[in-house]
Amino acid sequence: MSETWTALAYLLVAICFIAALKGLSSPRTARWGNLIGAVGAAIAVVVILLVERPDRLLAILAAMLVGAAVGAVAARRVAMTAMPQLVAIFNGVGGAAGAAVAALEITAGEDDRARLAVAAFTVLIGAVTLTGSLVAYARLQELMSGRPLVYRGGQWVFGGLVAATVAAGSWLVFNHRPWLVLLLTGLSLVIGVLFVLPIGGADVPIAISLLNAFSGITVAASGYVLENTLLIVAGTLVGASGTLLTRLMAKAMGRSLANILFGAFAGGSTLGAVTETDRPVRSAGPEDVAILLGYARKVIMAPGYGLAVAQAQHALRDLANELERRGVEVLYAIHPVAGRMPGHMNVLLAEADVPYDQLREMDDVNPEFKTADVALVVGANDVVNPAARTTPGSPIYGMPILAADEARSIVFLKRSLRPGFAGIENELLHDPKTTLLFGDAKESLSKLVGAVKGL
Amino acid sequence: MDGVALLTVFVLAAIVGYEVISKVSATLHTPLMSGTNAISGIVLVGTIIVAATAESAVAVTLALIAVALATVNLVGGFLVTDRMLEMFRRPREQQERGHE
Repeated sequence: MSETWTALAYLLVAICFIAALKGLSSPRTARWGNLIGAVGAAIAVVVILLVERPDRLLAILAAMLVGAAVGAVAARRVAMTAMPQLVAIFNGVGGAAGAAVAALEITAGEDDRARLAVAAFTVLIGAVTLTGSLVAYARLQELMSGRPLVYRGGQWVFGGLVAATVAAGSWLVFNHRPWLVLLLTGLSLVIGVLFVLPIGGADVPIAISLLNAFSGITVAASGYVLENTLLIVAGTLVGASGTLLTRLMAKAMGRSLANILFGAFAGGSTLGAVTETDRPVRSAGPEDVAILLGYARKVIMAPGYGLAVAQAQHALRDLANELERRGVEVLYAIHPVAGRMPGHMNVLLAEADVPYDQLREMDDVNPEFKTADVALVVGANDVVNPAARTTPGSPIYGMPILAADEARSIVFLKRSLRPGFAGIENELLHDPKTTLLFGDAKESLSKLVGAVKGL
Repeated sequence: MDGVALLTVFVLAAIVGYEVISKVSATLHTPLMSGTNAISGIVLVGTIIVAATAESAVAVTLALIAVALATVNLVGGFLVTDRMLEMFRRPREQQERGHE
């Protein structure tokens, strides 16, 4: 097969990838889009095997078989709640593969300066993606504490490492010795760890989005090194996606990216007070809340991180079913940071068979609260805290929130009066319109289902 | 291909990517991330090229490991995205399932 044909095949594959992303503009077309993307990837792999006719074809096929088996098992077995961990790992292995390609190109005797510089950059960012993703995985899997890990002088150590890495990378451009590649790789691996360690548990979704972008940039840069347009296009698409998601998440948290990444270095922690307030609240039993819900015309559910932790999404769906049977209109209000990665809550609710037309994004659902009889807040706190709008001194001031306070009444399912991640009191809990139902989210929801049935 | 041509490809891809991705439904941001993840697994093509041309035993081993890792990313990414997207059902299908 000639070079022209390969290039044309790559063009076709690039179009497939763009079509795959285009498909994601609606849940109706998304599955087809993903299939087109997969077909494109298969074409690319077949073409490269035909073009290269590698001597080590058997060994390469064996390695692919192992990888495919591992990937397939992981994809099939993973629980939807553990999706952020899986994506973190996949980001990491993608980055590692890109870094390996670049490192091997350098040691294979590449001597074009520009390409060496890009190759050094590829090794750096790929290695950072690998170890950064592993730390994010450990955080999410709760193998380590969610608290940001900060130590005195951390920023100087980090700064020094970055300087050393840049120096090693620059030296590499003029003197490409294998040991320099090793040094650069080692330093970059350490940077990846130190980069993610200070990011608090609540901010890990941002870290994953950013590492997603990094893995794309690694692939694009390795495409430059290999002069392969397909890798450049594919990597750039991923980089653009990760960058956009990172920006969206930062916006949804009402904070700048710099504050999230380096906030802990500067001394500001995202984990706040854990004290309970002693101000009066109105609490009620499941029966009272069931009456409130059962005789409403419109109920908006505002599920948060706590719902996922309690694995209560199926119980929430049961309650919605029961309410709909009684003719109550039910909507779900999804805040962008509900869940542990962008869009995670939608996946969890889709798994619980909630139809996607009931899943409403924040901007879309906020006007609906005015006409809602009940806003049912499950496992969420900061995302409905009016302090974000009204208290300029508050850490969450400026964060866009769900307008639950505009509903005729508000019900919180809460374990305790403990403040949320931001560690600030929620005025809404003390609002006269608000009722609290204490207990584990899953148990409370099951009790509510029973009580609504009995109405 | 010269550097400027490659840079051109990069810039145009970035613009197209930004346009297409900004239209992705926020409901599907998790599948977007796992799907783009799968797309970045196409680095498999690069790992096959270096595995085919590597000379020393160490380089061959490293390249083959990279081939395996990229395949994990590629195959796992597309499969898990499909699994997620399958769950996003339309209301009508919901009801049909309910009547069964």
